[in-house]
Amino acid sequence: MTERGGAERGRIERPGAQRRSQGAERPRPASEGQSRNPALDALDRAIVLATQDGLPITERPYHAVAETVGTSAEDVMARMTRLLNAGVIRRIGLVPNHYALGYRFNGMTVWDVADEHVAEAGRRVGGLDFVSHCYQRPRHLPDWPYSLFAMIHARERAVADQLVERIAECLGPLSRGHLVLFSSRILKKTGLRL
Amino acid sequence: MDHTDRRIINAFQGGFPICERPFEAAAESLGLTEAEMISRVAALRAAGTVSRFGPLWHAEKMGGGLTLTAMKVPGDRFDEVADIVNSFPEVAHNYAREHALNMWFVVATEKPERIAEVLAEIEARTGLAVHDMPKVEEFFVGLRFEA
Repeated sequence: MTERGGAERGRIERPGAQRRSQGAERPRPASEGQSRNPALDALDRAIVLATQDGLPITERPYHAVAETVGTSAEDVMARMTRLLNAGVIRRIGLVPNHYALGYRFNGMTVWDVADEHVAEAGRRVGGLDFVSHCYQRPRHLPDWPYSLFAMIHARERAVADQLVERIAECLGPLSRGHLVLFSSRILKKTGLRL
Repeated sequence: MDHTDRRIINAFQGGFPICERPFEAAAESLGLTEAEMISRVAALRAAGTVSRFGPLWHAEKMGGGLTLTAMKVPGDRFDEVADIVNSFPEVAHNYAREHALNMWFVVATEKPERIAEVLAEIEARTGLAVHDMPKVEEFFVGLRFEA
């Protein structure tokens, strides 16, 4: 179900490693992943705190973190490698402000999918190369029947509309209704805080 | 932002090296010098083109709490309520969206049980209902934006 080759502007590069394609094993519940990961010790937590605003942009950033938390750079690097491999760190790098890159149309698409079909629907939508996040969330009936959330981003409204249409096509009759909520303003955006 | 900036953004939304001189290693893969890489990343960060540089932590895998919530805020109270919501350090992101549920924010806490407390405090201080929509399953996270 993965779609490729959209030539429109605003097409987004596939990150590869994490995306689940159709036929991949069923995503496991978040709670399961949580319990499988080793708890962080005090020094790990100190590293989280020291990097929650990001890494220092200097020649030896891990040495700077090591100095802050009171250990060796080798220890910091070994711990961060382990945490990256365990998925506690999702990735290390630059997070672009998508508005600054011209992605002005950031839509939260929400879909009303029957509970018995949501795993299949999530697999399909999560496999689309332009979807940045795809989650199942609880409905809030009667006002909010939507259970599958997928974020899309485009530089032009017409492209955003096409992306929504592609999700609708990919879901077919699995979707009983949908909405697109565009963000009109960022009210706050910070990193994770502990 | 020039062509080189775009190459940096496209190349390093993940996979930034963990080593003694990571900017040197990263620069080498793009045919740049370490000094140029550092100054460009610093400039992109300062200009806000890059909102963050460093590790992205997975809240739940760290044992923390994370949820998405939505509120129906009357138009004439929007800014006041946004100020109250944003004053909580646990509120990581907050977006205005075009819907009756017009304020959507992410709450991240060190302890999962703190989520309910924060939502109750926000309800008490705003007098508005907070709809809690924690993820049930994650199907995909990780898009990279093409600069």
